[in-house]
Amino acid sequence: MSGPQMLSPLPDGTPVLDIDALIDDPEVRVIVCCGSGGVGKTTTAASLGIRAAERGRRVCVMTIDPARRLAQSMGLTELDNTPRAVNDVDTSNGGSLDAMMLDMKRTFDEIVEAQSDPERAQQILDNPFYQALSSSFAGTQEYMAMEKLGQLRAAAEATDTWNLIIVDTPPSRSALDFLDAPKRLGSFLDGRLMKLLSAPARGAGKFGAKVMNAGMSMVTGTLTKLIGAQVLKDLQTFVASFDALFGGFRQRAEATYAQLQAPDTRFLVVAAPERDALREASYFVERLAGENMPLAGLILNRVQEVALPQLTTEAAVAAADHLDEAHEHELTAGMLRLHADRVLNGQRQRRLAQRFSAAHPHVPVAAAPALAGDVHDLDGLREVAAALAAQH
Amino acid sequence: MSPSSPASRPRSGATRGGDWPRVRLHVVSGKGGTGKTTVAAAFALALASGGRRVLLMEVEGRQGIAQLFDTPPLPYEERLVAVAPDGGEVFALAVDPEAALLEYLEMFYNMRRAGSALRKLGAIDFATTIAPGVRDVLLTGKAIEAVKRGERAGKPAYDAIVMDAPPTGRIARFLNVSSEVAGLAKVGPIKSQSDSVMAVIRSPRTAVHLVTLLEEMPVQETLDGIQELHASRLPVGAVIVNMMRGPRLSPDGIAAALNGTLDFDEVKAGVEAAGLPRRLNPTTVSKVLMAEATEHAQRIELERVERARLDATDQPIYEMPEMSGGIDLGALYAMSRMLREQGAV
Repeated sequence: MSGPQMLSPLPDGTPVLDIDALIDDPEVRVIVCCGSGGVGKTTTAASLGIRAAERGRRVCVMTIDPARRLAQSMGLTELDNTPRAVNDVDTSNGGSLDAMMLDMKRTFDEIVEAQSDPERAQQILDNPFYQALSSSFAGTQEYMAMEKLGQLRAAAEATDTWNLIIVDTPPSRSALDFLDAPKRLGSFLDGRLMKLLSAPARGAGKFGAKVMNAGMSMVTGTLTKLIGAQVLKDLQTFVASFDALFGGFRQRAEATYAQLQAPDTRFLVVAAPERDALREASYFVERLAGENMPLAGLILNRVQEVALPQLTTEAAVAAADHLDEAHEHELTAGMLRLHADRVLNGQRQRRLAQRFSAAHPHVPVAAAPALAGDVHDLDGLREVAAALAAQH
Repeated sequence: MSPSSPASRPRSGATRGGDWPRVRLHVVSGKGGTGKTTVAAAFALALASGGRRVLLMEVEGRQGIAQLFDTPPLPYEERLVAVAPDGGEVFALAVDPEAALLEYLEMFYNMRRAGSALRKLGAIDFATTIAPGVRDVLLTGKAIEAVKRGERAGKPAYDAIVMDAPPTGRIARFLNVSSEVAGLAKVGPIKSQSDSVMAVIRSPRTAVHLVTLLEEMPVQETLDGIQELHASRLPVGAVIVNMMRGPRLSPDGIAAALNGTLDFDEVKAGVEAAGLPRRLNPTTVSKVLMAEATEHAQRIELERVERARLDATDQPIYEMPEMSGGIDLGALYAMSRMLREQGAV
């Protein structure tokens, strides 16, 4: 809407996130979009991808769980871990756009396969413990997103295909889950129990045999009681073969994590103007600072646009009441109440944004307006990106 | 707003009854961002009305209930968090799988010391994270324990349990514990525990409610979730449409806004008759109001399309409006009243 004055969704003095400067910067080769579930990370990643491509970058977007129609519009009909060209992108500036959907289990399977001969790999892939680890362990999806990012980055460097990779992150309840995943998986797979369980298969290792036996017999005794001897054997087989493949998984996980600290990587925190989402964004911003990971800024999605804030909630409600009492102009009265709600909602969102900016005064912010409908085509994505970029 | 459930269904109003008279365990799931925890809490408050005792439990370790009720983080202990308007109490519990496993070991094997030694070794973490299904058996098992507590003595500890459960995408697998542990345990305590959990979850004493928004992706997930629950023979309950905008204009007004046939002169005449402050230009105001009405109508049309997809499922549907002031305790009470009015309890 142009013409009437708008209520700025952001408090005065908030630094503005310059989206175009970010996506045009040749030094920036990876952008990671983080945030709690349901805030529009996928849409943000995809819209930045198309805008960057049409401005001349050669982009690969990795999405995690896109809405069906959005996926279709980007040509993502198969969940097969392979980046494919998105059609109908304007390439006249020399850019291109590829997109892929992450299949976490397949990514894990591929890592196992790459580490071993087919027979041994199959043995691991068939093990029920591996299947649980690769499909339902909390953190596997996050970790596999990082592994995949590493693969894409390596491919980009080797073949000079892409010069910007944009990553969507899994829809976890907390944005921090993404950063915590490698440590969680690493310390779990390298934990003392795993060492104990794998010990019989590979000798005493660095533990004393005595300690091992005492600990071992108690653990196995309890586990046998709970789950039965066969299961315990399955478990030991899994642990032993997994350990033989990966040696210290922790080191691998640490290296995977460290790539997020690379100087060419930027984080975007995505949030909706809701209390919980902004609280998560706050935690995340603090954590990034602690880890020396560069934050580009906050994207505030689905912000209620408020035109004509001078017509306040109170005035609009009073006017609507006036019309209703006179039993006339029912349509206008309804519209006035609608406006009253919008102003109220806009102000509430503005207060929440204010609270965030008060705590993080140096974090640049870009706001995307709430759209009437869902975004499920390339034009919709272009519109979102244009709105984000227009604020500068 | 009236729910689309069959008209023949008795409306209970203030008295007990509602759509789920036999249900003791209400499992509330929903896509992330749909307000699953809020709806679970409102459901618990609604069930507690009239002097009942309800346990609201969360299983994902994120302290959503404490944040909602503005209390310090919940320990692994049942705590009173709210009182229903006409008497009745809501207790809350954040179930921690490690604590639940230790409790279980102690209860059945008297293995408290072994438990803490196992924890030091990482065996507890192991069992509650990767051993397939064990974590879920522990979490659902705790809910079933609460359902059954005191039953034998004829004095159940709680009239109802409400579980703020994992999201729609994982709910069928989460509840279908016996098939999850099938690969793990064919006999033994885990197997028998999962069988007894399953017996309650598959019975008419359980209902799985799904929270959604009237948007494409959450509705699609809800439909997929219902299908999965049916396929796993799990009892599907209601669909709760949260944060409904709902039409704020008459059907004619919505249609006109959608078709672009709103009458500018009519709107402007209304604006002029409304007695707005003089500094506001009626033409500007009218233009803004019409643009807002058009956006609203588009949104309502989308909601209508998505709603029709939900109606096709034949599950009872309850509607919760968008709370324009945000969610606080007052909003929770208002939502619990709406659930009662729509026949949820």
